[in-house]
Amino acid sequence: MGGLSWPLLVLGGGKIVDKLVEMKNIHKYYGRLKALKGIDFSVGDNEIVGVLGDNGAGKSTLIKIITGLHAFREGEMYIKGEKINPRHYSVKKAHQLGIETVYQEQALAEKQALWRNIFLGRQKTNALGFIKVKEEKEETEKVMRELMGFTGIGANPDSNIKTLSGGEKQGVAIGRAMYFDADLVILDEPTMALSLQEVDKVLNFIESIKTRGKSCVYISHNISNVYPVSDRFVAMDRGKVVGRYNKDEISLDQLNEELISVTKVK
Amino acid sequence: MDSKLLNSKTWEKYKTQIALISIAIFVLLLFIITSPAVFLSPQIYRSFLSTVPFVGVMALGLTLILAMGQIDLSFPAVMALSGFVFALTYQLSGSVFLGMLACLLTGSFVGMLNGLLVTKIGIPAIVVTIGMQFFIRGLSNVLSQGSALNMNVGDNIFYRLFAGDLFGIPAQAIWFVFLSILLWAILFRHKFGEHVLFTGDNEDATRMMGINVDKTKIIAFMIMGGAAAFAGILDVFRMRTWWPTMGEGYLMMTVATVFVGGTSMFGGEATILGTFIGAFLIGSLEAGIVAAGLSGFWTRLIYGLLILVAVTIHTVMNR
Repeated sequence: MGGLSWPLLVLGGGKIVDKLVEMKNIHKYYGRLKALKGIDFSVGDNEIVGVLGDNGAGKSTLIKIITGLHAFREGEMYIKGEKINPRHYSVKKAHQLGIETVYQEQALAEKQALWRNIFLGRQKTNALGFIKVKEEKEETEKVMRELMGFTGIGANPDSNIKTLSGGEKQGVAIGRAMYFDADLVILDEPTMALSLQEVDKVLNFIESIKTRGKSCVYISHNISNVYPVSDRFVAMDRGKVVGRYNKDEISLDQLNEELISVTKVK
Repeated sequence: MDSKLLNSKTWEKYKTQIALISIAIFVLLLFIITSPAVFLSPQIYRSFLSTVPFVGVMALGLTLILAMGQIDLSFPAVMALSGFVFALTYQLSGSVFLGMLACLLTGSFVGMLNGLLVTKIGIPAIVVTIGMQFFIRGLSNVLSQGSALNMNVGDNIFYRLFAGDLFGIPAQAIWFVFLSILLWAILFRHKFGEHVLFTGDNEDATRMMGINVDKTKIIAFMIMGGAAAFAGILDVFRMRTWWPTMGEGYLMMTVATVFVGGTSMFGGEATILGTFIGAFLIGSLEAGIVAAGLSGFWTRLIYGLLILVAVTIHTVMNR
């Protein structure tokens, strides 16, 4: 698994940056509430990082900072070696840097057509900003067939999201991430509210990220889903990183015990 | 089999519009039966074409606001203030063009204030725009000292463009059609409109995809303000005067127009065709009731009935 598989990572002066995302001592406050208390976190080339922790541990806050939804207050963040100024960082900028996010299913607009959900924020338009509807629908059809595994029945690009099943909705979100060919895909509790069969599909997708040479951050509190697909694990508790483990050093049972002990109220 | 499938799909897509058109035809037939002399002659329709667009243009703006899951109740006052600025600027400068520009800027500026209060301070739109409605109405009263302004521009090109005729069709109606098509294109074919619909549907999801939701809202409120100002321009040209109570009585008619048209309060969806038909339906009601020989007391009752029936049908059909 060489660190040279992305020409994009060779930045100014021929310096090779081996970290896709590097965060140092990141702090985040919501008003007076301290959500992140000095986090160090990184994602390397072609690796899958499982982030574990209970509700309120700061997992979602962490990823919202990487995806540009929230700005951090203290600390440093580098993406592909580029130092991020939190005031000028945004979802748009994250997209440009090749970061895609698959949120829990609420990240789709229920009353809107599938094709609009795929291209929202990155519409194909003419110079005046009018959407090239036909082109977007054709692309959507392709994405549905090739990337989402929709096989001709029921759904089409014009279908409203509210007519889809939970698994199909997650398929749309994943298909969108694949279509825009992200270098880093972040999945936030992607298996919540899915059937077992649909969970399998999501796990297969995560494995395919790895085989395509890309990276992934997988957030969940379901360890048995995270364990088989991840290369390493980061445990979070109340705004802090409380444990880091490589998969080859720890079994699922050990990891389970570890998590219980590190998150125990002291 | 195929054509049946297509038919059911077409029905699914246009059922709201089909229901509305059916209601409109029903009401029209009722008018023709009760007062054939009035409703079988073209004059009444000509008069609708020149009176309906004032409410109609504002209803288009309101459709955009409702599609975004917001509300604006300040537009009749905005119409008055912008109309005042139009008349005053014309009187001071002698330029109709300058007057119209100042008028549209005034409307959009008030819209921007609404948008800023909603997005940056976080006050619900209904509260902001009720407050703004009083403030703006008060401001135009204070500035005009309660007296009307004469606005006789003569029969120049501007008058003909905004209050004249084209092939016998009143200019106001042509503007209404043009603006309806423009707004349809913006809402359903432009990326700004897509942002409006997504914001009304799921604000958090829209933010997660990198859309500047606040900016979208502010621009939509500015368009609403601009639409109110444009209605003011049309009304000032038509009446050749500006008067301080301008726009009063338009609030409920405009809101009713949009709801009867089939746009819901919940955001994320809208129908411009519905608003267009709704404007004529609401706008023709009073004339129809009076022509049928009923006293004016009946007007409100029938308005209310129509609104409740139409909204019930829309809701039941979209279940």
